Amino acid sequence: MPALFEARGVTKRFGGLTALHDVHFAIDQGISSIIGPNGAGKTTLFNIFTGLYGADEGSVTFRDQPLLGLRPDQITALGICRTFQNIRLFANMTAIENVLVGMNSRISLRLWDVLSRSPGFRRTESELAARAVSLLDRVGLQASANIVARNLPYGDRRRLELARALASEPALLLLDEPTAGMTQGEASALMHLLRNLVADLGLAIILIEHNMRVVMEVSDRVTVLDHGEKIAEGPPREVQSDARVIEAYLGKRGAAPRTRGRAAH
Amino acid sequence: MIRSLIAVALVGLSALAVATFPRSVLVFLLFQGSLLYVFKARMPDPLRWGLLATSLLVLMPTIGYFNSYYLEVATQVGIFVALALGLNIVVGLAGLLDLGYVAFFAVGAYSWAILGSPHANVIFGGETFPLAGWWFYVFLFVGLGTAAITGILLGLPVLRLHGDYLAIVTLGFGEVIRVLANNLDKPINFTNGPKGITPISRPPTPFGIPYGEFFYFLALLIVVAVIVVNRRLEDSHIGRAWEAIREDELAARAMGVSLVRMKLMAFACGASFAGVMGVLFSAKQVFINPESFTFLESIGVLAMVILGGMGSIPGAIVGATVVTVLNLQVLKGFSLWLNELKNAGVTVLGYSLADLPTQFEPAKYERMVFGIILVLMMIFRPQGIFPARRRQRELAK
Repeated sequence: MPALFEARGVTKRFGGLTALHDVHFAIDQGISSIIGPNGAGKTTLFNIFTGLYGADEGSVTFRDQPLLGLRPDQITALGICRTFQNIRLFANMTAIENVLVGMNSRISLRLWDVLSRSPGFRRTESELAARAVSLLDRVGLQASANIVARNLPYGDRRRLELARALASEPALLLLDEPTAGMTQGEASALMHLLRNLVADLGLAIILIEHNMRVVMEVSDRVTVLDHGEKIAEGPPREVQSDARVIEAYLGKRGAAPRTRGRAAH
Repeated sequence: MIRSLIAVALVGLSALAVATFPRSVLVFLLFQGSLLYVFKARMPDPLRWGLLATSLLVLMPTIGYFNSYYLEVATQVGIFVALALGLNIVVGLAGLLDLGYVAFFAVGAYSWAILGSPHANVIFGGETFPLAGWWFYVFLFVGLGTAAITGILLGLPVLRLHGDYLAIVTLGFGEVIRVLANNLDKPINFTNGPKGITPISRPPTPFGIPYGEFFYFLALLIVVAVIVVNRRLEDSHIGRAWEAIREDELAARAMGVSLVRMKLMAFACGASFAGVMGVLFSAKQVFINPESFTFLESIGVLAMVILGGMGSIPGAIVGATVVTVLNLQVLKGFSLWLNELKNAGVTVLGYSLADLPTQFEPAKYERMVFGIILVLMMIFRPQGIFPARRRQRELAK
């Protein structure tokens, strides 16, 4: 059986810089992490997966359907949604409105339904609101539903972004550094939440993460990128002891420390 | 309770005052102010809407009976309220800065002007035109449709543009429409160029109401329809998608908002309101030429939206009213007053006002006063008079 999501030989160049070179990646279920030093191409990979960038070579398939060339909103409608490294909420909208926007691709109302306030419209709107509340509930934000996103504390904004991404009913969730800026306690709580999502909803999650403790604790598989190439892949324990991974993060034994890239925590 | 009494007294007395002093601008401003008070002050909703409805449906036409110019002002206010509400969708909700909005108004106006006047015979030959007056009612919808299609035509090439670039292209589009209107008198004479088109037919009115009242009520009806449509859109997934695009276009795309559909819809909806009012405008004026659709008009409507508060329906209404009344009444009123002083030979500190150059007439300062007001607003109340309020949802557990 083919994997739920599969990328084959993805290559992306920005002018003379090869950001990704012949990257293969597949996920079927569970949580798979992508790690690597800064500039390794992790976010670029996400941007290709979600249709924000095109790829120069390779193919990406989701449930056997090719994704390259589709618009981001089409990919979301198929069941892939993401969060952003630098939180990108709709700052002047309330928390619940942010979540409601996430449901846009699941709404089949026509303009006429909206203008006439048809029974279908009213029913849909109240169903959406109820679902939005339960999603906020899930990430622990139901008390903040009517607060404008801009005014939420940092950690809440990260969790709101997660709720917004869940609103599109994805089968695959891409999270770009969801614990950045969180304390260890908050990060653990979030990982617990992710584990529950996988268990309850059968979600597959791809995680970009710098927090090694989180990665090792939560991931089923880990993929390591460096300089746009995949240098290792496997269960966390295996990857942790891989010589090339250690080299990418810490530099060659005995060599001068590399200035580029930052060490793992 | 006290507020309710004050409101009733204010509306009643000011309306009475207008009837007593039909030529005093100040008294009419007081009447308008009392409506604003009714709208804002705390009181039971039935009373509020009852008072507003009475004022607009009964008192205003009665006032217009004593001074028909006020009815003209009110109709103009209605036209600009609809324009401001349309632009509010494009700029305030979807965040697409459109500097050529008046073009859609022009498209609506010319659609009826050409076919509703003998001028169409020049284009098509024969003697079939002007269309009979009742076609005007059909053309309210034709104007709506034509403007919406024009909106989509403008939207298509600018889908990828944001901010400054979008503003420049839309500005250019507005100018293109005006220049077309100015020059399409050859090879085939579509618009009659700068000379404009006249006489444009007026529709038969129900119960034979005079045209002053007819256009006032029609404008009011359209404004109410526009407000209802606006509110319903705002309170739906469409409105939320527009706001999401305004807040963060990239995130909106990634969350499943179809940019193409939503942006085109914003342009089409905004344009359609202007199109309807264009049809009404051309019939009301009987004569139109490209001078009514200049860049300054687009800026004027934008100023109304900004003044009132971007993305806010009451804001757009109040902004449009303030700006129109300022233009038509306050500054002109000052000019008249100054002229009277001049003619009376009044001297100030030994300087005879009669020697005052005509350049100092307040009516000529329209744009400057505007500019000053906008600058002051940006400093002291950048969110506008009635900033958009977030809807607070009742959350059933």
